[in-house]
Amino acid sequence: MARYLLRLGSLGYLAVLLLAPLGFVFYRAFEHGLGPAWDAVTTPIALHALKLTLILAAIAVPANAVFGVVCALAIVRHRFPGAGVVNAVVDLPLALSPIVVGLSLLILYGSGGWLGGHGIVFALPAMALATIFVSLPFVVREVVPVLREIGTEQEQAAATLGASAWQTFRRVTWPAIRWATAYGVVLTTARALGEFGAVSVVSGRIVGQTETLTLYVQERYAQFDVVAAYSGAVVLALIAVAVLLAMNAFKPKEEIR
Amino acid sequence: MIEAHGITKRFGDFVALDDVSMEVETGSLTALLGPSGSGKSTLLRVVAGLERPDAGRVFLDGEEVTWRPPQARGVGFVFQHYAAFKHMTVWDNIAFGLKIRRRPRSEVRGRVEELLELVQLTGLAERYPAQLSGGQRQRMGLARALAPDPRVLLLDEPFGALDARVRKELRIWLRRLHDGTHTTTVIVTHDQEEAMEVADRVVVMNSGRVEQVAPPRELYDTPANAFVMSFVGEVNRVGEAFVRPHDVEISVLPNGSTREAMVERLVHLGFEVRVDLVQDDGQEIAAQLTREEVDALELERGQIVYVRPMRETVFAG
Repeated sequence: MARYLLRLGSLGYLAVLLLAPLGFVFYRAFEHGLGPAWDAVTTPIALHALKLTLILAAIAVPANAVFGVVCALAIVRHRFPGAGVVNAVVDLPLALSPIVVGLSLLILYGSGGWLGGHGIVFALPAMALATIFVSLPFVVREVVPVLREIGTEQEQAAATLGASAWQTFRRVTWPAIRWATAYGVVLTTARALGEFGAVSVVSGRIVGQTETLTLYVQERYAQFDVVAAYSGAVVLALIAVAVLLAMNAFKPKEEIR
Repeated sequence: MIEAHGITKRFGDFVALDDVSMEVETGSLTALLGPSGSGKSTLLRVVAGLERPDAGRVFLDGEEVTWRPPQARGVGFVFQHYAAFKHMTVWDNIAFGLKIRRRPRSEVRGRVEELLELVQLTGLAERYPAQLSGGQRQRMGLARALAPDPRVLLLDEPFGALDARVRKELRIWLRRLHDGTHTTTVIVTHDQEEAMEVADRVVVMNSGRVEQVAPPRELYDTPANAFVMSFVGEVNRVGEAFVRPHDVEISVLPNGSTREAMVERLVHLGFEVRVDLVQDDGQEIAAQLTREEVDALELERGQIVYVRPMRETVFAG
């Protein structure tokens, strides 16, 4: 009996808080049929926004995947002075409000800022920096516990068998952290696609130029263009679902947690 | 031939090795025996290059390797918890060291097949480590370490994670393997029976120092000090003297040199029986007798008997 209550509870919670709002977005987008929704997301401005979102994800995700693995290795495998500080700083993007991130980038790179220059703020470079900033912790946080769990013995064994540091990483460490990295990449992608606050501040929100799909949805909604807003939201949701499905498809069965 | 000279290793304030020297002859099987924290594993890891000593030098076959990384030492290492490559099959685990050295494929196949047979895992080549028993996993670890034909084979508590019966089997099997290959081998263990059974020579360690180096029998018969005496085999301490339980004689009648004692407990260990006694001065003493001797004396709990240590050992200092 308790088991059924538990199931009902968790399902109900998910339904009310996740599925209902999401379903409502789909409903509103397609309220007047597929035609208007399709038209709304294929305008030049909407397509540009989609393209920009994908470009930002294509920059931020590989950058944070590589950095995340390197950083996790540094934190777990190399005891260096300041490792604890690095470990704490990695979580900063989770704790900081994205608006604060955006403003700090604006102060640093904007006109008159320490590293200010032409074409950084209100353009792709600052938006990429903001996206990288907010999506930084996910790969590190997924990989660190796995590295801790597998320990160093396999790597030591590889070393005594003649494997160089790189060979050890490629043949022993990487296969063990591969799925943790993949899962971190999915979370990073989701965060990069959905980022609103920080990107909003540093982009200047120039329609058709520095407007990502997320910003586009908000802008259309503010203009009472409900169909375009909800259709854009549906596209974002579909990309996220596609990323999740892609990961599950690549993942061998016995390794699913 | 392994030579370690004046090795010191500290972990923070803890001195794991304190100016330790050791020599292991080519083709021999040597055991490093000691309680946990005695530095035996650290010494093995220093020889393998997995730990850097703070002082001292390491030579393999006369070549100094103190500053060489483990990759360039030509050692095979077997870990207590197997350190199996979990995502690789048994075959790939064993072939690892050969593939790293880019040996031709036919040579790799021949060598892996030979080793699979040697460690009796021929039918299990396609299994993953998770599908093997502990004993099978450790045999795979041994085959993996032997594959690149190392100069020395180093085993760190290799049977420590296995149950008693498998331990005993593998111990005998390791000794036979060594008699066949004659690879210079060092095995670390805290189990004195294991060390005595497997090794030609035993290095007894305690608190980061070497207490004695001797063949098993000599170690038991003429221990260098009180630590070795009590670590290698059971012992009674009577005042300043040490007596092995099998050197305690029990009789039902007193003669000039015996002491009165009461039988407190009889522990039957198959062929042997351990008799726990309390002397009239309160001193506890254990004697080891055969079952026939106990039956002949008709010993039972609470009985008053007379004991005499036949051979006492007293260490100076």
